[in-house]
Amino acid sequence: MIPELGHFFLILALVNAVILGTLPFYGAHTQHNGLMRLASKAAIGQFILLLASYICLTIAFVQDDFSVAYVANHSNTLLPLRYKVTAVWGSHEGSLLLWIMILAAWMAAVALFSKALTSVIRARVLATLGLISVGFVSFALFTSNPFERVLPFIPIDGADLNPLLQDFGMIVHPPMLYMGFVGFSVVFAFAIAGLLQGDLDQKWAKWARPWTTVAWIFLTVGIALGSWWAYYELGWGGWWFWDPVENASFMPWLAGTALLHSLAATEKRGAYKSWTVLLAILTFSLSLLGTFLVRSGVLTSVHAFATDPERGLFILTFLGLAVGGALALYAWQFDKLKSNNNYTLVSKEIAIVLNNVLLFSSLLVVLLGTLYPLLADYLWGQKVSIGPPFFDPYFSFFFAFILFLIPFGQQMNWKQDKLSKVLMPQLALLGLAIIISSLLLSWLASELLLWPVVGVSLSLWLTLACLAYVVKLSKNASSFLQGIKKIRRSYWGMLLAHTGLAVTTIGAIVTTFYSIEKDVRIEPQQTVAVGELDIYFEKFDNFTFENYISSQATLKVSEDGDHLVTLKPEKRRYRVSGQLMTEAAIHPGLFSDLYISLAQPLEQGAWAIKVYYKPFVRWVWLGALLMALGGLLAVSDKRYRQKKFTKVKGYRNES
Amino acid sequence: MKAKKIIIAVTPLLIFLVLVLVFKSSLSNDPRKLETKLVGQKVPSFKLGSVTNPEQVITNADLPKEIYLLNVWGTWCVSCYAEHPYLIEFSKTYPIKWVGMNYKDKPKDAIDYLQKYGDPFIYSIADISGQLGIDLGVYGAPETFIVDAQGYIRDRHVGVIDNRVWNKVIIPKLEAIGWENKR
Repeated sequence: MIPELGHFFLILALVNAVILGTLPFYGAHTQHNGLMRLASKAAIGQFILLLASYICLTIAFVQDDFSVAYVANHSNTLLPLRYKVTAVWGSHEGSLLLWIMILAAWMAAVALFSKALTSVIRARVLATLGLISVGFVSFALFTSNPFERVLPFIPIDGADLNPLLQDFGMIVHPPMLYMGFVGFSVVFAFAIAGLLQGDLDQKWAKWARPWTTVAWIFLTVGIALGSWWAYYELGWGGWWFWDPVENASFMPWLAGTALLHSLAATEKRGAYKSWTVLLAILTFSLSLLGTFLVRSGVLTSVHAFATDPERGLFILTFLGLAVGGALALYAWQFDKLKSNNNYTLVSKEIAIVLNNVLLFSSLLVVLLGTLYPLLADYLWGQKVSIGPPFFDPYFSFFFAFILFLIPFGQQMNWKQDKLSKVLMPQLALLGLAIIISSLLLSWLASELLLWPVVGVSLSLWLTLACLAYVVKLSKNASSFLQGIKKIRRSYWGMLLAHTGLAVTTIGAIVTTFYSIEKDVRIEPQQTVAVGELDIYFEKFDNFTFENYISSQATLKVSEDGDHLVTLKPEKRRYRVSGQLMTEAAIHPGLFSDLYISLAQPLEQGAWAIKVYYKPFVRWVWLGALLMALGGLLAVSDKRYRQKKFTKVKGYRNES
Repeated sequence: MKAKKIIIAVTPLLIFLVLVLVFKSSLSNDPRKLETKLVGQKVPSFKLGSVTNPEQVITNADLPKEIYLLNVWGTWCVSCYAEHPYLIEFSKTYPIKWVGMNYKDKPKDAIDYLQKYGDPFIYSIADISGQLGIDLGVYGAPETFIVDAQGYIRDRHVGVIDNRVWNKVIIPKLEAIGWENKR
């Protein structure tokens, strides 16, 4: 009964979405206030309907209703309750439902927190989101209905959730990522509304900006969580794999980051209007493409559980209609997008162009690497896969330029600036950064390698430049503290995010170049020396948990005779699926992780274990958190809360 | 000047359309093709016991000399429980032989399973060690191979065969290699 109710809510949501996606457009066109006001109500209604539908599916999981095919395939009576609740998004159908539920949540948020918008813009934004909702709800209903029953043969028990997904990181990672992906659809809707209006003025950019930032924050955190999960769960200490699915989440991030910057230029200076709107469309398309790549099985990947050409065709058609329509609208209105070109070669506008060109180039690297296997198959009929040897050098190349330019770019003035003023102090800071990083790296490892020095120097330089900028900004006040107080939150946000980028880069480079990996054979009651550490294999136990059996080694690690930590890496055998999982044991630290995983059992109770020393690996995620925090500070800036100010009566007639 | 502007305005749309076309054509490619290197080859040679009749030895010579389906199953495989009723139904209603391959199982469990839920197979090969599974490139159960009258593997399906898969995937593939659906 409850699954049918959920199915029913989903059908109602489709009807509601059709209303939301059509009538307000007509209302905006004919200046009909009633139809425009309908948009907010329908958006909130959409959220309530989809939330109800989502709850129904959750109940089916909690009640072990194996007559529902999706539940039978991804749950089991033995599964702990918390994983039954999260198994809802454990695979395609349920995560699609989560996707559209989150889309509706964003719609409701726009309806509730956009009092400053003119009613025409609000109606068009919500109606565009309504159309997207039509596409995805019908995708769910017609190709991947999570409520489908398996009658008359009801399985006795479910096939269990993929053990990889029975984990905290996997509980929080997908919703975060989806919040980011879907959030960019709001920005897309803003772009459509702006294009329909024919004028992307500075006010438009000011509205679109906080939404972009919030979506970007979620995506940043989501990607970081995914990387952290891969690190501790996959059992071999990697944190980024250039896997198609990772790339699919990284590309919208790169485009979204470029969009954040170009929106700033559009808002402050009325510059780059067409580019900004193209970026908004691109970011959303990449989010859709992400969904497409993951869900259609066009690219095979460890993440891609669902492969179904029928679904792929649907997403492709949807992508074609949404993005093709948007680009056609763009071509149609291209004439009206007049940007302010009043700036000189040395200005923040140019800095932002460079930022965008470089971010776009690195995006192309990732895109090419991800799609090349597809193209090769299409053109030459070859199945190939591309890995780090392609991505690492090309991506780093553009990335190094980005790092190099931020210290200059972030403190440029709009319109016109003098390079001579910033050049010397910055180069002095760069010199300082090179010295510090060389000393630091030679202390860290015996060998001084070129690329780590380059990367760490650039990152340190960026950090120093951020600090120097804080000092500079606070100069004109009576005291340093007063000056600090006067710095606007959006500046703090920018500086924090840029520092975060430096932190992530340091983490990525140091851990890539200076990690140590040792394969060791160890017998019970034996001590093995690995580097400066002694590892004592105390015992080996088996434990039985709700749905798996754990085989655990107890390893006592000591350094110079002092006990450091006891690590318990384990192998888990999940009872239902029979899958074997390796759970690494990690001794985390701000400057280095000790990471041990069980490889395979050898004769007479001995084990082959993998011991990793991972310096600065935490910095990768710490930096991402700083970036997200920077974004939070930026959206909390006062100027986005001046609702009254933007509500200019006469503005409504401009459309 | 005017023409130049139009070109700039339309370029993003054109690039996008080209990309859509590439995606469209690659959709029809099956990503699982990579795994099916056995398609077009003979069933690997084997000499194993039968599940239901432990004295009987089954070899390649005992395989049907007509188009048949080779289904990989096991009592440890939960999806097989979901698939089993369909196999029973299809084996009764369609003129095609099913050969079972009991993969990495305990013989006693396998016999109990067939007695409890019914036996759709003409016989089940007992691949206790999993060697035949490795030769076939099985990567999980259930999995079904389509074999022709000459003993060549013509296709494979990974995952549960239910009504939808049977009608939409298996039957068209069978008919494509000359099987007659005389129901």
